[in-house]
Amino acid sequence: MTREMTGAKMLVQALRDQGVDTVFGYPGGAVLPIYDEIFQQNEIRHILVRHEQGAVHAAEGYARSTGKPGVVLVTSGPGATNAVTGLTDALMDSIPIVVFTGQVPTFMIGSDAFQEADTVGITRPCTKHNWLVKDTDKLSTTIHEAFHVATSGRPGPVLVDIPKDVQFATGTYLKPSTTASHYQPQVKGDIEEITELVAAMEKAKRPIFYTGGGVINSGPAASQLLRELVDATGFPITSTLMGLGAYPASGKNWLGMLGMHGLYEANLAMHDCDLLINIGARFDDRITGRIDAFSPKSTRAHIDIDPSSINKVIKADIPIVGDVAHVLEDLLKVWKSRGRKTQAEAIAKWHMKIDTWRKVDCLAFTANENSIKPQHALARLEALTKGHDRYICTEVGQHQMWAAQYLNFEDPNRWMTSGGLGTMGYGFPASIGVQMAHPESLVINVAGEASWLMNMQEMGTAVQYRLPVKQFILNNERLGMVRQWQELLHGERYSHSWSEALPDFVKLAEAFGAKGIICKDPADLDDAIMEMINHDGPVIFDCLVEKHENCFPMIPSGKAHNEMLLGEAETQGVIQAGGAVLV
Amino acid sequence: MSALHIKKGASKHSAYNLRPTFSDVDERHTLAVLVENEPGVLARVIGLFAGRGYNIESLTVAEVDHTGHLSRITIVTTGTPQVIEQIKAQLGRIVPVHEVHDLTVEGASVERELAMLKVVGEGDKRVEALRLADIFRASVVDSTLGSFVFEITGAPDKIDAFADLMRPLGLVEVARTGVAALLRGD
Ligand SMILES: Cc1cc2nc3c(=O)[nH]c(=O)nc-3n(C[C@H](O)[C@H](O)[C@H](O)COP(=O)(O)OP(=O)(O)OC[C@H]3O[C@@H](n4cnc5c(N)ncnc54)[C@H](O)[C@@H]3O)c2cc1C
Ligand SMILES: Cc1ncc(C[n+]2csc(CCOP(=O)(O)OP(=O)(O)O)c2C)c(N)n1
Repeated sequence: MTREMTGAKMLVQALRDQGVDTVFGYPGGAVLPIYDEIFQQNEIRHILVRHEQGAVHAAEGYARSTGKPGVVLVTSGPGATNAVTGLTDALMDSIPIVVFTGQVPTFMIGSDAFQEADTVGITRPCTKHNWLVKDTDKLSTTIHEAFHVATSGRPGPVLVDIPKDVQFATGTYLKPSTTASHYQPQVKGDIEEITELVAAMEKAKRPIFYTGGGVINSGPAASQLLRELVDATGFPITSTLMGLGAYPASGKNWLGMLGMHGLYEANLAMHDCDLLINIGARFDDRITGRIDAFSPKSTRAHIDIDPSSINKVIKADIPIVGDVAHVLEDLLKVWKSRGRKTQAEAIAKWHMKIDTWRKVDCLAFTANENSIKPQHALARLEALTKGHDRYICTEVGQHQMWAAQYLNFEDPNRWMTSGGLGTMGYGFPASIGVQMAHPESLVINVAGEASWLMNMQEMGTAVQYRLPVKQFILNNERLGMVRQWQELLHGERYSHSWSEALPDFVKLAEAFGAKGIICKDPADLDDAIMEMINHDGPVIFDCLVEKHENCFPMIPSGKAHNEMLLGEAETQGVIQAGGAVLV
Repeated sequence: MSALHIKKGASKHSAYNLRPTFSDVDERHTLAVLVENEPGVLARVIGLFAGRGYNIESLTVAEVDHTGHLSRITIVTTGTPQVIEQIKAQLGRIVPVHEVHDLTVEGASVERELAMLKVVGEGDKRVEALRLADIFRASVVDSTLGSFVFEITGAPDKIDAFADLMRPLGLVEVARTGVAALLRGD
């Protein structure tokens, strides 16, 4: 079916045909025709954010919590440049989002027109792909292609820049099915390589699954297959920050998160394993630490849909290019058909060894009587929200790491955090996107006060759309993660790592027409958290915590996995000059 | 070109078969990249090299299939085997890139470059320049009483050698196209 319509109408029609129900956006001169079309329909909901960065993070939250692409609409010039941080964030974390930007009319491009920016030029390195559409006849196919590219293969952000005259002009609309894209990434893994991995699994005495965001990207089937594989083989499993929830934290083979602030048992198991099976993770430097000391005794298998992830950092002995769900399905088939073999006895011993590391109890802390430890606040949040239909977002810093350590994730798509770019200001708008997608669920953003201030204008959005997002701020009045590094690396010279002149968060909430709660006494904590959960509306929870608490365990930059710091006593002078240049 | 049967995104289009030795010896590779001829595609390729710190020794581009709107970018680059493999994988990720070929490992290939050299001089030097041009099969495409412009085609090192000889004879300007390359045979 083809139809004649204006470019602006086409965009709205294409969104409908792509199954889009929500758009996060902010209007301006160059997108007025599109906003006019949005005004005249009811199927697609438009959420007016308060800053374009917020729109993109909200779309990321929507996407990560649903598995569907998030959609953003902003104006030219400053609207587009404000979206750049969000685009980069989505690129680093492989989040599928489609951003539409208005552009000055085609005949004015290049003339330094009002609110002109070279949007495709600026966003070329921070999108998976982008397009400037100069012809209304090409608009619908470009939009469909944009959705296809954002969601196929390794997902990522795409951008479509639409000049205003293209929005006004009339052209032919084509439905999604009528476009065939040449972009078709390989999803099936090579069966020979898969068989090689099965053979290695049959022989392995100290195997480990190291899983990542790719499992979440691959969809719910991938998590299901992963659970089956782990439970059938009995191999222990750890995950990156981005992969939490793919395997349940309550599962018996779960070791917890690995990496710089990962668990002792997870990191030591990575260091001592003889077979490392990477499933949808990218050997980030937060994971590997010192490359030449990384998992020195292991054969490395690597399953990834993006050939450029393989051998980028760590040489793979068994590389498998493909989608996690497709590969795991074949892997299970081959392993079963060969008789479901494992070195059961050796693996039982391996688990015993791991148990000795687990006994170190690296997350243990002693709660104080008169001040709230951040770890304690999160342990209580976990206890009181367990069993709820719960989604967690975070900002960036110590609180983010504590959230990863002390909250347990039983399912995929329940954990939204900025891992690769580490964008302070991500969590609050992300929580808005999540709540839009899951109106009945409990959505909590675990925040640091400094990060939270970066996008606090979105309180307006939360209140306007009655989104009952809970902003759980662990307020240490410090840029805590920076302060920790200054303590450990820069001789306790706390250069500009204070949060000065903080607002009264309760009054701030009230000023926006929301609820504010402050808590500083551990004895009041449970009641206060319950009050937050039970309030039917957005809440800012100002949890005053100990100011100089450090986040442990920690593998200092430039160190190996088995050189992990567990607590304060071990931190004196451990980071050498070489490590200090790393971030 | 016919030998375009390596699928984009496939795991085996590298001689290292995704199992490089991670040697730290630099190698010179000639890559042929077939791209959709859409606006910005060259910027994407160049931006990739600049953004990730890879070397470009030479780069040429032109549309080679007018009906399919495909351009061929020929890139000569240097790096360790791991870096070369990353470059190919990163090029393969660019959406309008259809195919990436490493001519250095896929078989014997021919490389040619065209150069024009302006040589200014008189007397014996002028005679000598003409004599050498003849040996190198360079042709004279412009001449005045005091200058020649030579055109020469060949592998890059032949052009280097010719330029080296011309330098003492009054070489004042060189324009080179960069390398175009094809696999030999079928
Ligand atoms: C302050 C701070 C501290 C941090 N500390 C830690 C830490 O201690 N531990 C930690 O783990 N992280 C930590 N991180 C996060 C870290 O920076 C990285 O973001 C994270 O480790 C990367 O996760 P990942 O390897 O799962 O890769 P992702 O970024 O999630 O990438 C996914 C990989 O899977 C592939 N993929 C995508 N889709 C598919 C598919 N369908 N099939 C197959 N493959 C697919 C992609 O190509 C990619 O290679 C920290 C971040 C911050 C901000
Ligand atoms: C946009 C941005 N700017 C700077 C940083 C560097 N940075 C990382 S963590 C951090 C401090 C975060 O402080 P806060 O949000 O209060 O969290 P805390 O570490 O105290 O839990 C800073 C400044 C960043 N990650 N993002």
